[in-house]
Amino acid sequence: MVVPFSVGPESDLLARISPGVLWLGALLSCLLSLDRLLALDWEDGSLDLLATAPLPLEAVVSIKALAHWITTGLPLVLAAPLLGVLLNLPPEGYIWVVISLLLGTPALSVIGTFGAALTVGLKRGGLLLSLLVMPLYVPTLIFGAEAARRGALGMGVETPLLMLAGISAAVIALMPFASAAVLRINLR
Amino acid sequence: MTLNVSNLRIARGGIPVLDGISFALKPGQALILRGPNGIGKTTLLRSIAGLQPPLAGTVTGGEDQIAYAAHSDGLKPALTVAENLSFWASVFGTRSIEAALEAYNLTALRNRPAGALSAGQKRRLGLSRMLVTGRAIWVMDEPTVSLDQASVALFATAVRHHLAAQGSALIATHIDLGLDAAVWMSAPIRPNRWGWVILTGRSCESALGAGSGPGSAGGWGFWPGTGVFPDCHRGGAVFCWA
Repeated sequence: MVVPFSVGPESDLLARISPGVLWLGALLSCLLSLDRLLALDWEDGSLDLLATAPLPLEAVVSIKALAHWITTGLPLVLAAPLLGVLLNLPPEGYIWVVISLLLGTPALSVIGTFGAALTVGLKRGGLLLSLLVMPLYVPTLIFGAEAARRGALGMGVETPLLMLAGISAAVIALMPFASAAVLRINLR
Repeated sequence: MTLNVSNLRIARGGIPVLDGISFALKPGQALILRGPNGIGKTTLLRSIAGLQPPLAGTVTGGEDQIAYAAHSDGLKPALTVAENLSFWASVFGTRSIEAALEAYNLTALRNRPAGALSAGQKRRLGLSRMLVTGRAIWVMDEPTVSLDQASVALFATAVRHHLAAQGSALIATHIDLGLDAAVWMSAPIRPNRWGWVILTGRSCESALGAGSGPGSAGGWGFWPGTGVFPDCHRGGAVFCWA
């Protein structure tokens, strides 16, 4: 978290931008690790073997997304209060930043897995992956950061939190099918 | 369960490379597939394994029966030999990995990270995966690459046991697999436009009778397993290429 170093130690400014900065951090940390999510399995051949295994590909991509969330989303949720201190987050905002990240980061992992499945066969697919996934992240980012911001200002957070939870629930339910479908096409 | 392949037509990169492939692989049989690079061996195997949908034709009898082994072994370098194998054992349902380790002489290496294995040892680990799948039809693409003679013998033994237990195998390989008595079909054949000729309904015995030694056909073929797979004496398809 180098934001205080770049924008300066003005506590008012930091307090205002900190919920958004934390959410941007979540998004970027998610993007960084998506590249290798399925590419490694593609390279060592285990993706072919998993596709011919009794496990449906939908389950494989769901578990991949869960593993990705546990290794990138969950640590950020847990570390968010500490990072909040660094960013001078107002005290009433801590709980809402954590809740919004907890509700929103699973969507980032699931959508990211779809992007990884789309670009799995490509050399240097990481850049394309970011370009494809970034627009899909926008709704999650808007409602997640909005919930955190409203929470930090002591305003009502129900609407953005419900929208965020809705987005997460929808992508967790639907995206694995899309991911598995594009994976099957990419494995041909 | 018999694997029935009928009139398979498969494209690779938009170009149809295989057409009219038909054969039946019964329990206890092995078909060996040989041919020059680029003729479509891998394409055929991937299609039978269900990874690549065919343009036309059907593959039946293979549902939830096929275990596929590709060019690459699908090993995770950070996991040990036993952990790699246990993963696949639990993906395919819980089975003991001990017999598989034993069959490929990997017991002493069980706690070594797969990344620290030699190429041949990795391949042996990749092949031992077929044993923990518990599936009846083995579809294997170049299984003997980077194996030494002793390991090829281990592989041949594993296949023989598999066939004896009413399993079947479809194997693409370039090397001889120790097939001293390998039979090359030299029937009068007219290749189709993709260079494939499919002769069906020949039995192993008639193939043995019609064959005239390795290389005599100047081409390549599928054989019903002979020589190294003596358990296979029943009918099968013979594919020749000229």
